[in-house]
Amino acid sequence: MLSIDALHVTYGGAVQALRGVSMDIPDGKVVAVLGSNGAGKSTLLRAISGTLRLQRGRIESGSIRLGDTDLGSRDPAQTVRLGVVQVPEGRRIFGRLSVEENLRAGGMGNKDKSAKAAAQARVYDMFPVLRERKDQRGGLLSGGEQQMLAIGRALMASPKLLLLDEPSLGLAPRIIGQIGEVIAEINRQGTSVLLVEQNATMALGVADLAYVLDVGEVSLSGDAAELARTDEVQRLYLGHDTDEPHEQAAASGKTLSRWTP
Amino acid sequence: MTQFLSLLLNGISLGALYALIALGFVIIFKASEVVSFTHGSLLLLGAYSIARLSDSVGFFPAVVLGTLITAAAAFLIERVIINRLRGAPVISLAIVTIGIDIILLTELIRRIGSDILNVPHPWAGKSLTIGSVGISQNRAIATLVAAVLIIVFFVAFKYSSWGVAMRASAEDGETAALMGIRLGRVSALAWIIAGVLAAVAALFLVGAPTPGVSAAAYTVALRAFPAAILGGLDSTGGALVGGLLIGLAESFAAGYQDQILFLGRGFGDVVPYVVMIAVLLVRPSGLFGTKELTRV
Repeated sequence: MLSIDALHVTYGGAVQALRGVSMDIPDGKVVAVLGSNGAGKSTLLRAISGTLRLQRGRIESGSIRLGDTDLGSRDPAQTVRLGVVQVPEGRRIFGRLSVEENLRAGGMGNKDKSAKAAAQARVYDMFPVLRERKDQRGGLLSGGEQQMLAIGRALMASPKLLLLDEPSLGLAPRIIGQIGEVIAEINRQGTSVLLVEQNATMALGVADLAYVLDVGEVSLSGDAAELARTDEVQRLYLGHDTDEPHEQAAASGKTLSRWTP
Repeated sequence: MTQFLSLLLNGISLGALYALIALGFVIIFKASEVVSFTHGSLLLLGAYSIARLSDSVGFFPAVVLGTLITAAAAFLIERVIINRLRGAPVISLAIVTIGIDIILLTELIRRIGSDILNVPHPWAGKSLTIGSVGISQNRAIATLVAAVLIIVFFVAFKYSSWGVAMRASAEDGETAALMGIRLGRVSALAWIIAGVLAAVAALFLVGAPTPGVSAAAYTVALRAFPAAILGGLDSTGGALVGGLLIGLAESFAAGYQDQILFLGRGFGDVVPYVVMIAVLLVRPSGLFGTKELTRV
């Protein structure tokens, strides 16, 4: 479905955020991208969605293709119309708009009225709490509800590929579990998912495939369940101690301990 | 009492026209993140086009054409200049709009010369008496038209897709773009609407009791700036309240100038700014403005 080939991205012409990243998101799968802060996860999603320009970033080389269409030169609105929709990091719901207006804003790229109505019904079925609060301002929802609204808003565009940027950020463990189930459900209903996460337990739990990004490069990739068993992922992302992790931490200068639910 | 009611009525009609201009100012700020100083010359362009075209095509077609010309000018300014500078610092953009304003204004003043062009309003010279209170028919019609436009505007802003897109992109442009909202289109539409509102305001502002189209009409738009700012630069409701407040203040200050003579003659001309400063001292972000305009 989406294939990324040797992608190089810089900010302000100097900072190299991605250095030759290649990955494939096959049709109908959930693909997780793990990595710590600054690994280039959000940059990857910005490059796909076409919002790099807003952050003074640009694609230096490489390509992002959706089927036969090149996404590298598209603006965000066009990307949404091609069926690739992002749920941004930190939820970024429109706090002064009502829940229903937030969903309407999400459906702007969807010209077809009946498709929009169907999308809205699906969102309300998936998140009944949003229907109950449809007239409330988005800013008054709890963190978990806001994340559901952010996901629901993206679903209003009837995406073929949903991009999620750290949906677990700042949420309670129980809510993170729910988000994981929601992602699995969205995928069951036929949408491919690219899930960027620091919470490896949740991400590897729902993903079919996974990539690990490390300072702008893919350091590991493969089947999600297999990857979860590897030492490096266990140590770096799942917080299970292997041999003397703390000494290694000091030696490599990396943070080895991770919060896990 | 009669004088009071008359000043009140005239103040409201003047305020409604200021509100039209201020609304345009506010939606441009919301959609393009530009404090646009082009409104004065757009207003004059509207008045000038209507006045000039009236001779050849008649009054009502001239109003339609003049409005279209003003909207087209606003649209071009957005497309050719503002949209290309998206992301530039707010201050530079504001100064760019001052530059555009000066260029447009100079050209219009050159064309107008020392003449005072007349807009042949069919209702010119007539006035209306409600009870014992008189108001020029021009101002009465202006109030009605402005009220209708303002209501249509607010309904559209609240319920239409354009309104939702506009409010979403004003709140968080990057996220709105991620939702498939075309920021460029939202911004262009805001400028077009602002152009239309300015032209309609111009149509009435150059009628009774004000004499004709001259370069002085330009300064009228300057009084709508304090209206927008004291309402809160990013609040459409604030533009309405601010416009009315400035209109009333100006009307009363001019009407009662004998009683406030210690402030000097012509206090009515500066009162919009005095009101603005007074409001901003108490509420620095305006009456209804968002306290925090930038978020990290």
